[in-house]
Amino acid sequence: MLRFTFERALGMIVTMFFVSIMVFFIMEIPPGDYADRYAFRKYSGTGVNVTEADIQAIRRELGLDKGMIFRYFDWIGGIVLRGDFGQAFAFETSVVKVIGDKAWLTLGILFSTLLITYIVSIPVGIYAAVRRGSAADYGLTIFSYLGLALPNFLLALILLYFANKYFDADIGGLFSPRYADAPWSLGKFWDLITHLWLPAFVLAWSAVAYQIQTVRATMSDELNKLSVTAARARGVPEAKLLIKYPARLAINPVVSTIGFDVNRIFSELPIVAVVLGLTELGELLLRAYLDLDMYVAGAILLLLTAMIVIMNFVSDLLLAWLDPRIKLGA
Amino acid sequence: MATITDGQGPQETPNTQDTRQTKKETRAERKERERLLKYYSASQWTLIWWRFRRHRAAMVAAAVLAIMAVLGIFAEFVAPYGPTTRDTKYIDGAPQIPLFCDHNGCSLRPFIHGVKTERDSVTLRAISVPDPETRVFVNFFVSGERTRLLGLFPTTIHLFGLDDPKAKIHLWGTDDLGRDVFSRTMYATRTSLSIGTLGVLISFVLALVIGGTAGFFGGMIDNVIQRITEIIRVVPIIPLYMGLAAAMPKEWSTTQVYFAMTLILGLFGWPTLARRVRSQLLSIRNEDYVVAATLAGAKPSRIIGQHMLPSFTSFIIVDLVISFPYMILSETALSFVGLGLRPPTVSWGVLLQQAQSIRAIEQTPWLFIPAVFVVVAVLAFTVIGDGLRDAADPYGGK
Repeated sequence: MLRFTFERALGMIVTMFFVSIMVFFIMEIPPGDYADRYAFRKYSGTGVNVTEADIQAIRRELGLDKGMIFRYFDWIGGIVLRGDFGQAFAFETSVVKVIGDKAWLTLGILFSTLLITYIVSIPVGIYAAVRRGSAADYGLTIFSYLGLALPNFLLALILLYFANKYFDADIGGLFSPRYADAPWSLGKFWDLITHLWLPAFVLAWSAVAYQIQTVRATMSDELNKLSVTAARARGVPEAKLLIKYPARLAINPVVSTIGFDVNRIFSELPIVAVVLGLTELGELLLRAYLDLDMYVAGAILLLLTAMIVIMNFVSDLLLAWLDPRIKLGA
Repeated sequence: MATITDGQGPQETPNTQDTRQTKKETRAERKERERLLKYYSASQWTLIWWRFRRHRAAMVAAAVLAIMAVLGIFAEFVAPYGPTTRDTKYIDGAPQIPLFCDHNGCSLRPFIHGVKTERDSVTLRAISVPDPETRVFVNFFVSGERTRLLGLFPTTIHLFGLDDPKAKIHLWGTDDLGRDVFSRTMYATRTSLSIGTLGVLISFVLALVIGGTAGFFGGMIDNVIQRITEIIRVVPIIPLYMGLAAAMPKEWSTTQVYFAMTLILGLFGWPTLARRVRSQLLSIRNEDYVVAATLAGAKPSRIIGQHMLPSFTSFIIVDLVISFPYMILSETALSFVGLGLRPPTVSWGVLLQQAQSIRAIEQTPWLFIPAVFVVVAVLAFTVIGDGLRDAADPYGGK
């Protein structure tokens, strides 16, 4: 197990290395560089005439005149060695400050979404498999089609609309106005929890639809196994039997796709965040892209991907623990 | 499938002559024999089509999608007005549903009520309200705005419109600039479906080349390609698309943006498909017929194209259909947040941008109609994909 863990951890680092290169390329694609935008932003409207020499000076000061490979190592070195993600020009401060506790809010959203996804999809998927062909099963199939077809941001819009129309409530955002800029306190934390359920529900929507199908399919296969028949013949009570044999295995594909779910959630997060007015990384990422604030964008893209890679790692370990056959195969 | 295994099928078909001589077959038996003969001599594609035809939901979905495609392709004809034509007399106007009856009695021809301008009693702004006393009749194939069908053939004929050339019909209402939502949705359907198709095609070609290389050569090349695929798959896709879309220069023309978007969508859509191609190729790489082709001196491209691909084309087509929704949803999401296509281009995402706030949905809920198209299109592609998967499965029964 130790060796397995070590191998996977190593793989994780290699993947992150290549991801960082890719992210760096994306940061480099927009025309112009940080110095151009910084100069433009700082001096536009002030009447100060900025010459090419001034921009060159900024460039030299920030080390942007070096070759691409050097710039990459400057950037990644700063992140790895000093936790420095560079400067956010639109905010005129460091990227770390801009991101701040938004990273924790994003994690909060992520884990509440995952929680809802698994709490709902595993039991419901098992139920659908046990009651194969029943009205409930068909209903769930239709639901999962809809779950895949109705994009999350549209669902969010619809929910906002209905909440506004029938309850006269504005359910968007992550905090009530009272707590928005307040320092962290128990009250603020509780306020966050009461706001978190909506984005979590919206983001879990398609993940639930997908996982119900996965659980249902595996469970249906497992239910036909001889082990189940044998247990039934021994007179094991039905509920105990379900949990002990097929349900245990039906969880495996869910565990193995945790990273996939995280990926999907992060993929949909920026758009949902815009609709629901969530002040977290996804929304910040979108703003950074629109401002071409590439250091912020790169940092967020890297953080989100790192989270996915870590969750992949966790899922690998969990799976190896749940299903020892995996280790041998790897 | 059952009839094949119980020995009634293929073994008997070759010596039908003998059967007829020894025993007079009944009508039912002959029908059954002919059915089986047809079944066993049908090509793979005919079999898939027969199985697909029996999948009722998939057939309905295919029909819906076909209608949508036709609406999009002939948008100039279907839409009564151009996508940017403004009707300043009817801004933020509600949908006008053609009626047959109103309080003044019934008519055999559908009509809508005319529009008159009034002052809002509170804000004193001029607003347009329906005038229940006037009738404007709706007609088919009326002459209206001059357009070019498919961008080529000049025409003035539109599918429907009003007899009175001065009045305008807005089936699904208008937006804040008085543009017809119905017309815009038709043009958007064309854009969104075509961008999805192009994106899928680009990623399909890439998947064939990349997956084909990895699967055919194996070894070191395969390892490297697998690693790259893994890295692309681990980065959340929409933030990645957003990054590339954000890099598009602001001064690009709408056509440039359109093609750039298809490229972006296509460039990162291939990993799933490439994996499928690779694993299929790996599994049949050592089949005898492939070895024979290699020994005969065929080039790798020929072996892949002529000998290996046909054995799993049906699976690839299923995957292609399934990847459509992702393309369409990605494009919609990107345009929705302002990072994809830009006005004056209309796509479903661009149209939905106007319905982004609760206030907009509350006051002008008809701006949300394009969302129905998105959901229906994605649903249709998913159902067709499921139907095709069942149909393409050679062990799926007849």
